[in-house]
Amino acid sequence: MTPSLDRLADMPTAEELYLRLLEGVRTLIKDLPQEQVHLVGILSGGAWLAERLQRDLELPGAMGSLNISFYRDDFDRIGLHNQVTPSDIAFDVVDRHLIVVDDVLYTGRTIRAAMNELFDYGRPASVKLVVLIDRQERQLPICADFSAWQTAEASTGSVVLAKTEQGTFSLHIEPETPDA
Amino acid sequence: MRLHLKNARLMDPAAGVDRVTDIWMAGGRVASIGQAPDAFTADRVFDVAGKVVMPGLVDLSAQLREPGFEYRATLESELRAAMAGGITSLVLPPDTDPPLDEPGLVEMLKHRARQLDQVNIYPLGAMTVGLKGETITEMAELTEAGCVGFAQADRPVSDTRVLLRAMQYAKSFGYTLWLRPLDPWLARSGVAASGAYASRLGLSGVPQQSETIALHTLFELQRAVGVGLHICRVSSAAGLALIQQAKAEGLPVTCDVSINHAHLTDVDIGYYDTHYRLDPPLRGQRDREALRMGLAQGTIDALCSDHTPVDDDGKQLPFAEAEAGATGLELLLSLAFKWALEDKVPLLDALARVTQGPAKVLALSAPAMPPIGSLSVGSPADFCVVDLDAYWTVERRSLLSQSQHTPFLGMELPAKVLATGVRGRIIWELAR
Amino acid sequence: MRNLQLNKHGELTHLISTEGLSRDILQHILDTAQTFVPLAERDVKKVPLLRGKSVFNLFFENSTRTRTTFEIAATRLSADVFNLNINVSSAAKGETLLDTIANLSAMQADIFVVRHESSGAPYLIARHVTPDVHVINAGDGRHAHPTQALLDMYTIRHFKKSFSNLTVAIVGDVLHSRVARSNIHALTTLGVAEVRAIAPLTLLPSGLAEMGVKTYTDMAQGLKDVDVIIMLRLQNERMRGALLPSSHEYFKHFGLTQEKLSYAKPDALVMHPGPMNRGVEIESAVADGPQSVILNQVTFGIAVRMAVMTIVAGASS
Repeated sequence: MTPSLDRLADMPTAEELYLRLLEGVRTLIKDLPQEQVHLVGILSGGAWLAERLQRDLELPGAMGSLNISFYRDDFDRIGLHNQVTPSDIAFDVVDRHLIVVDDVLYTGRTIRAAMNELFDYGRPASVKLVVLIDRQERQLPICADFSAWQTAEASTGSVVLAKTEQGTFSLHIEPETPDA
Repeated sequence: MRLHLKNARLMDPAAGVDRVTDIWMAGGRVASIGQAPDAFTADRVFDVAGKVVMPGLVDLSAQLREPGFEYRATLESELRAAMAGGITSLVLPPDTDPPLDEPGLVEMLKHRARQLDQVNIYPLGAMTVGLKGETITEMAELTEAGCVGFAQADRPVSDTRVLLRAMQYAKSFGYTLWLRPLDPWLARSGVAASGAYASRLGLSGVPQQSETIALHTLFELQRAVGVGLHICRVSSAAGLALIQQAKAEGLPVTCDVSINHAHLTDVDIGYYDTHYRLDPPLRGQRDREALRMGLAQGTIDALCSDHTPVDDDGKQLPFAEAEAGATGLELLLSLAFKWALEDKVPLLDALARVTQGPAKVLALSAPAMPPIGSLSVGSPADFCVVDLDAYWTVERRSLLSQSQHTPFLGMELPAKVLATGVRGRIIWELAR
Repeated sequence: MRNLQLNKHGELTHLISTEGLSRDILQHILDTAQTFVPLAERDVKKVPLLRGKSVFNLFFENSTRTRTTFEIAATRLSADVFNLNINVSSAAKGETLLDTIANLSAMQADIFVVRHESSGAPYLIARHVTPDVHVINAGDGRHAHPTQALLDMYTIRHFKKSFSNLTVAIVGDVLHSRVARSNIHALTTLGVAEVRAIAPLTLLPSGLAEMGVKTYTDMAQGLKDVDVIIMLRLQNERMRGALLPSSHEYFKHFGLTQEKLSYAKPDALVMHPGPMNRGVEIESAVADGPQSVILNQVTFGIAVRMAVMTIVAGASS
């Protein structure tokens, strides 16, 4: 019987996890030329995290956000997954070091789509992936360069990041959504 | 063949009869009603209790597509359809290929019909040679060959001098002209009735003035000449009003309406359903109401099938490119009955529009013809047996005509013909 | 009469006419188009949404511009595009419309973009394709040109934000115009305050009042306080004889000049589906002037067509 992801009680809070993420990213980009580093958040949870990371890290380079709807692999099954906010990559991607930020890494399909989209903007020097939570149930050969938390075993339900008006993060459980 | 029909509900509008009785037929005629003739042994006795026996229907317009268009329909297939519809007399328009403008062609057609020995065929001769509207035909020769009147089918004569001469010539011999009220320019390239619906669909429209202007012209010339006119396929309230005025004035006019215009309107075209591509085009609600009222009151003398076989290739095209026409022989009786039920028209009056009414039109047009459309003693034994309580669904596979294109496809209609007889012989029976 | 454009789940599976589509569906198309607009700024303007899908442009009537915008839209969605100019080939040899469709369907077409001179042709086609094939009407006779109407609506929404209080005037040959009909349906569905048609009587069809349109035969009255002016193209054939005596007289009384434009609101939009007949229906100063959004229409046209293709291709079978 698969245990459900209702053991939030066993997990640190979203705010605690964010602090771990911040330190993890700081270490990750330590040896990279700072002006060439750009955070790219995946809408919407990843973009929220990227916004706060951008402020806390005080990076010189602009951040970007990605709406991966056009690059998903499930168009034939569910049609266009319509998220209203379009992608916003205002800087030149060529030869830059991109840090893709997402809230939950699950099957890996979102990250596959994100990379395909990013490469349509140009050829980056490198792409790294940081996530808040890694569910470790991959369907593709994708891995995070840093994750603030790893869930131990297979589970039903999905964990979703929320943000209050003041900007505080919290985690919730929702029924299963496909291919995160 | 000697027939005895027992317990029949005899409905004969011409004789004003609607009662349950027995009918005896011999020698191709009605021998007696109500009382057995002396020393009569029937070859066949039918107990038709609960069923109606009525005169065989008289249909004032049925294209049989022979000669010339046999890939669309043949005499055999269409006559079978007629019999299945309880029709025993058919008037044929002259637009065969070649058109019926020569006595030889008419004789051939009548010969073919006699060989099949089924329903009675009454061909209309072409009013002008080749139906071209230029020179008049040998109307006397054509009448001798068997034509009962003269027509132009759906090809109106635009030259009013030709129209006038044709009327004068026909009047000299006492012939009647059967004409569709159609102004050739206003109707040109129109495929639907002018109005809101045609505009929405982006279809080229035929304004109702096409019908009213043609009627004004016909009646003006008729006033001068005095020829008998039968107006074919009235389609608008305004047109009907003109016909009513002409009749009130005393002009020798009769008219008919098709089953399609008695039941349908332009909105039924829906998403360009080519089954509704008809000439004249279907008009609006008010026109349909006026036509039904005209039928009920007798301003319209006859309801006809306007049977026009079209093959699949002709209908599976965009609306404006599709061929106009619908099959109708098998639907005439049911649609007459459906109208009567819906508008609460007395049944005998409704049935008159498909028996006595058209028979009268024919009698006016061809006075030498023996009378038809009634089942009195001495009448030709042309009849049909009908179950008024039965319903049937119009389906492609159940239609006998070679053309299965009708706007009534899929509809459930009342009244089923169980048997049809001509000259006292059962020529068609519904398979059980 | 179930609307053929919607599948049994109520999703848009064909786009044949703006008539009969709900406000929600129209807004959904406009919203989706909005997400495609930024792509034009990227180097790689393609997205892989329709990769592997075949789009067949079936143009029975010539039109390089419309066909090209559909081609660009399909290519930006990564679809494979095939252009068929039917004039030149089978139909000229007598092949029926349905036979042409059957043959192409055997080549695994996913989307047919059809332009045909007979009103209703796309419905005939839609009734004869399998559920996983989609028909997009690029103009049929006088009946409809839905993608043009949608890009016109997109343009209006872009500049005016809301449809509610707008008065929109359509000027020109409404009788023969599929653009006019599609615009009228879209505008009334989206809830504009008033739709007007301005033309001489010979160019106005019957039944406009039933479609919710007020008619005018005078530009000064018709354009008074209007927010949007949609100019229609006047075809050369109309000007020879029966419907109109000359282009000179037409321009004088119904052409959009700066003087006539001044009857409308000062911020009124000037639109035209193109191609324009300068000096016949519109003066160059107006066509190139500050109120003209004609070029924006062209840009938006690509995003709108991308949206339509994406939406129909995404409908469940």
